[in-house]
Amino acid sequence: MSAVPAPDPEITPDPEPDPDTGAGRYIGKRVRRKEDPRLLTGRGQFVDDIVVPGMMHVAFARSAIARATILSINTVGAREVPGVHAVYTQKDLARFKVDMMNFFFISPEVEITPLANGRVAYVGEPVALVIADSRHIAEDGASLVEIEYAEEDPVVTIADARRGPPVHPGTNNNIAAQMGEEAIDEDLDALLKRAPYLITHKVVHQRISQSPMEMRGIVAVRDGSEELTLYITCQSPHVVARWTSLALGLPQTAIRVIAKDVGGAFGLKNHPWKEEVAVILAALEFGRPLKWIEDRYENLIAANQAREAEMVLKVAFDANGKLIASHGDYSCNNGAYPQLVDCNIAVQMFLWAAYKMPAYGFLARGWYTNTVGLAAYRGPWAMESLIRETALDVAARRLGLDPIEIRRRNLVTLKDQPTTSCMGIPLEDITPAECLDKLLENFDVAAFRQNQKAARKKGRYLGLGIAAYIEPTGSAGSIVTMTGELAQVHIEPTGKVTATMSTHSQGHGTATTMAQIIADRLGVAYEDVTVFEGDSSRGGFSPGAAGSRQGVIAGGAAIMASDLLAAKVKQLAGHLQGASPEDIRMEDGMVHVEGAPEKSRSLRSIAEIAYGEPDRLPPGFEAGLEAQYRYQPPPMTLTSAANACVVEVDAETGFVKILRWISAEDCGTTINPAVVEGQIAGGLAQAIGMVLLEEMAFDARGNPTAATYKDYLLPAISDIPDFEFVHASTPSKSVGGMRGVGEGGAIIGPPTLVNAIADALAPFGEVPVELPLTPAKLLSVIERRNIAAAADHATPAATGPDSSRASPEG
Amino acid sequence: MSKHHVEMTINGRRHAGDVEARVSLSDFLRGDAGYTGVHVGCEHGVCGACTVIVEGKAVRSCLMLAVQADGAQVTTVEGLAAPDGTLHPVQQVLLDEHALQCGFCTPGVVMTLAALTNDAQKPSEAQLLAALSGHICRCTGYQGIRRAAKKLAGAARGKS
Repeated sequence: MSAVPAPDPEITPDPEPDPDTGAGRYIGKRVRRKEDPRLLTGRGQFVDDIVVPGMMHVAFARSAIARATILSINTVGAREVPGVHAVYTQKDLARFKVDMMNFFFISPEVEITPLANGRVAYVGEPVALVIADSRHIAEDGASLVEIEYAEEDPVVTIADARRGPPVHPGTNNNIAAQMGEEAIDEDLDALLKRAPYLITHKVVHQRISQSPMEMRGIVAVRDGSEELTLYITCQSPHVVARWTSLALGLPQTAIRVIAKDVGGAFGLKNHPWKEEVAVILAALEFGRPLKWIEDRYENLIAANQAREAEMVLKVAFDANGKLIASHGDYSCNNGAYPQLVDCNIAVQMFLWAAYKMPAYGFLARGWYTNTVGLAAYRGPWAMESLIRETALDVAARRLGLDPIEIRRRNLVTLKDQPTTSCMGIPLEDITPAECLDKLLENFDVAAFRQNQKAARKKGRYLGLGIAAYIEPTGSAGSIVTMTGELAQVHIEPTGKVTATMSTHSQGHGTATTMAQIIADRLGVAYEDVTVFEGDSSRGGFSPGAAGSRQGVIAGGAAIMASDLLAAKVKQLAGHLQGASPEDIRMEDGMVHVEGAPEKSRSLRSIAEIAYGEPDRLPPGFEAGLEAQYRYQPPPMTLTSAANACVVEVDAETGFVKILRWISAEDCGTTINPAVVEGQIAGGLAQAIGMVLLEEMAFDARGNPTAATYKDYLLPAISDIPDFEFVHASTPSKSVGGMRGVGEGGAIIGPPTLVNAIADALAPFGEVPVELPLTPAKLLSVIERRNIAAAADHATPAATGPDSSRASPEG
Repeated sequence: MSKHHVEMTINGRRHAGDVEARVSLSDFLRGDAGYTGVHVGCEHGVCGACTVIVEGKAVRSCLMLAVQADGAQVTTVEGLAAPDGTLHPVQQVLLDEHALQCGFCTPGVVMTLAALTNDAQKPSEAQLLAALSGHICRCTGYQGIRRAAKKLAGAARGKS
């Protein structure tokens, strides 16, 4: 056999080799993704691709009113449409008692029903469900459902919620959740008041549509009385199965959830919500398989949304720019039926975790309103980095300090650790300061400042934004849903390797990264490893994609299970070859005996014996070559990063052009740099959307004003620059040394870009951080008059998609 | 709703069907002809996921009715790779450049690039990027898509 392996066709040549991360043959390499050939040739399997015999189609009649009592629902006209088979309202589904639990399997405090139960609480709330031969006919039917309302004035904004009548009957006020102190602690107040410098900084974050390109959808199939098969676009088939079993009270029903390919999720698809549950109940009631595929109009107005928060942060500094104390007052708009009633405590926990902040106090409240409820979105607690990092830049300008210097004076460095943050977060190996150093090795700040000065003289406004952060990833053990990961690895009798895992990819490429790990640990070719996922009947419970966890935890599970299996191979091969297991080496799909090249044999021949010739196995050896391991990682693994971006703001138009963007992140061992950079880039693009473009707004009557992608502006290729990546790669304490990287770009991106814009426009004064920073808002700063208010009353053309996409990227 | 008989050649095979006038080409291709690689992302012509090639031109199949494609030559993403599975050059470049994550927008990106580079055309990088600005990708931040466009552009043979 050849000692030198042939060049691997699956590995993309990498002009600049990645730094050594303890890499094997595949770990650390830009291996081509296993998912891509089927997705590139149109052979993926998304939920709308599922066709089941006897399947019928569902459309919803939805509320056009934000807040009302339903006086009557007339379904006669809908039922008369040829091809319409049934029209259900909540009354028809009331025999099913559904507990609309949150992601942590906790019951809601207010009544939530799949279809509206006598009242509507947001525009788009499903009121009736129509079953028909085709989606077209179902929509025809839905359009003929007549709903009579007694309309009431809606509670739309956080300000409305503070003073308006309760959204939910039987509650005293609109506070959905509250933590912290109503009145600021006296000692903290004294620290703030005595400080040489006190910054009061406000951030208003708009509401966001997660906007996965594949909208929500489900095919619900009742098989007999005790089996339920769900095809659903989701983030974890296991979570959907567990949630459905508990929420519907179906412990005796065999629930199987299948989701092979999912077209993005970003926090929206953690578990079923009103529409999906209504379809499941209707399928149980009607007895035929039902399909509902959300269209984009429904997705934009009626799918759960994200963010919409405002916060005021006070930060006290000493004369040297060192942090003394801080206080935050946070509010978020939960909407009517949030997936998670929430005041976002993680914002408070992580706000100052990466900084030497002696004292912090807060008040955090979540408010009910007559808008569609919130769900998660990549880095749900991202407000902490946005407000902290933008406040630090405001402070730097006030104190006359360089924004880099103010961070260096306050960031927790490796030398400061181990330590514990003022909110009790243990810190052992975070590296935001080291990431900042690495970032600056790749960016000449002094040269930029010279350019900036020269440009300003010519009326051109360049800005540099810097931000640093840490992020909790791979959490396990403290929340019921957030568990470890199971890996089951088999060396098949063919000598090929299959793994059954509970990872789930909505673009994450877990079938690729897990195969890289397993191939390395078992000494087989990457092509010879197949990872099966996306089916709750395989593997064990796992929350799938949630909280930047799969690389960390499933990666550890893949390593542990593979190592158990390798030990088994070595025991068997040693027995067969008369050698010690320690002398067995697995490489290139072969099993070698050290010092005895003539004894090398294929893994397949060992596997055939393991499965088929029990007489040749060592005493007590379990037949077959299979192993499984459930990896329980450390409770939390922290990822660090520092980013820089350079922008130019056009003082005539208020348009922002991003000229350069560098990400220096420390996600420990990098399994596949292309996958890691893809995660970061995707998060940064979403950050750019949040800062410049996206806005899910409502008018005073609670009507969503963005109902198409002509109104809700997603970043296009022309809005996103080339990102430059620097990897710090400090191995974590989890098995394999990985750190999560799924959410970071969406967390550190917004403050980086806002700081760059604020730096560019510093000659005109401070830029209020009210996202999105539209051209009209920036012109209001530049021209010192309220153009944004005027633009609100003008045609959308002022901030329209055509004008914002006219310029090519920098 | 009136029914209309339509016939078209899809990926080299003849397909016929009776459709209501309101049925979009995308729904016909997915539902009637079974080409589920045609992805419907917005149904109002913004996201580009449903792009197919009709008579040599990239078309948003959600904005075209099936009856309008009567008699047309249609290519979907399923029709690009060679019968032996060899990927179309556009597919290969996107694979090499890690230009996709969830893959939902990908068929549209593939078809636009395939239409613009068909018959050994070498559009400029600016032309390709302008066309790609009509495709929304929520996952990748467009990094790999842009690298792929650069590779496919005329600049590969010299500056355009």
